[in-house]
Amino acid sequence: MPRKLILCRCEDVTAQDVKHAVGAGYRTVEEVKRYTGFGTGPCQGKECLATVARAIAAAVGVPVSTLQPFTARSPLAPIELKHLAVAPAQAPGDAPSDD
Amino acid sequence: MPPAMTDRRGLPGTAAPPPPTADVAIIGGGIMGLAIAYNLAARSRLRVVVLEASFLSSGASGRNGGGLRQQWSTEMNIRLMQESMEICAGFARDLQFNVWMRQGGYLFLMRTAATRAQIERHIALQNRCDVPTRLISTDEARQIVPQLATEPFVGASYNPTDAVVFPWPFLWGYAAAAMKRGVAIHTQTPVTAIDRTGTGSFVLHTARGTVTAGRVVNAAGAWSPRVAALVDLALPDWPARHEILSTEPLKPFLGPMVSVLESGLYVSQSMRGELVGGITLHEPKTHEIQLGSRLAFLHAMARGLTELMPILGEVKVVRQWAGPYDLTADGNPIVGEAAELPGFFLCCGFMGHGFMMAPVVAKYYALHLLGKETHPFFGTWRLDRFASGGAEPESMIIG
Repeated sequence: MPRKLILCRCEDVTAQDVKHAVGAGYRTVEEVKRYTGFGTGPCQGKECLATVARAIAAAVGVPVSTLQPFTARSPLAPIELKHLAVAPAQAPGDAPSDD
Repeated sequence: MPPAMTDRRGLPGTAAPPPPTADVAIIGGGIMGLAIAYNLAARSRLRVVVLEASFLSSGASGRNGGGLRQQWSTEMNIRLMQESMEICAGFARDLQFNVWMRQGGYLFLMRTAATRAQIERHIALQNRCDVPTRLISTDEARQIVPQLATEPFVGASYNPTDAVVFPWPFLWGYAAAAMKRGVAIHTQTPVTAIDRTGTGSFVLHTARGTVTAGRVVNAAGAWSPRVAALVDLALPDWPARHEILSTEPLKPFLGPMVSVLESGLYVSQSMRGELVGGITLHEPKTHEIQLGSRLAFLHAMARGLTELMPILGEVKVVRQWAGPYDLTADGNPIVGEAAELPGFFLCCGFMGHGFMMAPVVAKYYALHLLGKETHPFFGTWRLDRFASGGAEPESMIIG
């Protein structure tokens, strides 16, 4: 494996960072997100989530199908503040209890 | 963002049963519970267990804006936060984790003369405690933050020694240091029932076995009333959703955390370059923990932010989320032993500001549990104060 293999390009999180997080006991996607910062940049995990999940599964030694993705955060794509400032204050899609 | 690489004991897997006995069982793996566990382990040989229903940082500790300030309205909070700032400043050295602390100050803007008069009283108290807060003009505020609009503010309260941190690494740091000193931390381990033995110990039931502990600390934040209900104790705190957003990273331009007192808007630039902030949305009082994200928040925050700094109109929001404030009627926490339940301790009701308070509160909490020192807050913030009208209200609750 190369010395530095980047899995999350927004936040420069490497394969080694993911292995280190798993070594410290953080074995789920939500935990590794917080431990490494992966998936918190402009793409919000849309490019790297599956790749990082596979790396976690390999490091833990479980099938990737046993892992849950992290909670998707809105907005779906980055939106400029000036557009949101004139958006309607209510939308039918406002989720009541998703965490 | 690679974490510091040192030899550490990791969290046990979620299949591992918790130890059957402990001297102190802490319920809640947020910063308060982890910091109490660390402080106990660093000062004693007590067997300490932390039981977390979800994962570390899953609650408010992992969802807040990372502000550390000494601008409060009560002397208790001012002096505690002075000491907490010192602990935070030494955190990277003492716990070997970088928490990305940046001491850029806090700038509170005000729109009305009534707010200014109230803030002037707070500043006088802060100055008596040696916090160098100053009342400054709007022009002076614009020298500190040139991007501020020419909106008619009547002045600002500025303390250059307040700061922001990145919250998550605090939890890894406290957890790793606690585990290194023998604390057992079990995630995905909700406590489902609590019994008492004939000798007064507590038996905490989990899906993977029981923990019998002489003393229990309820540090479950917004979930603390549910935990207390397991021992038939009614707590008066309640949860309130507060939403927050983060923008794309920008070149460093914003020194202080900026807040508008009348709207509850706050925004800071993290060491990662993102703007992080929220604004008050009035919520009906509920006992449900709601963590959904709403367009109404994005709209209110985007309006507030672009009115405050019009140049930010082009900046993109990348993420929004929510966390629960843990509120009380007088704006103060609930700490200490429940009078009717010897051995059952409370550490909750921190009003959305528990993160910045935790380093110092946890230190004194450990000293109290060890019988070495009892900080005055154990008197001021005791549970039974609500029966007699509560404590001196804290009015600087923002967000």
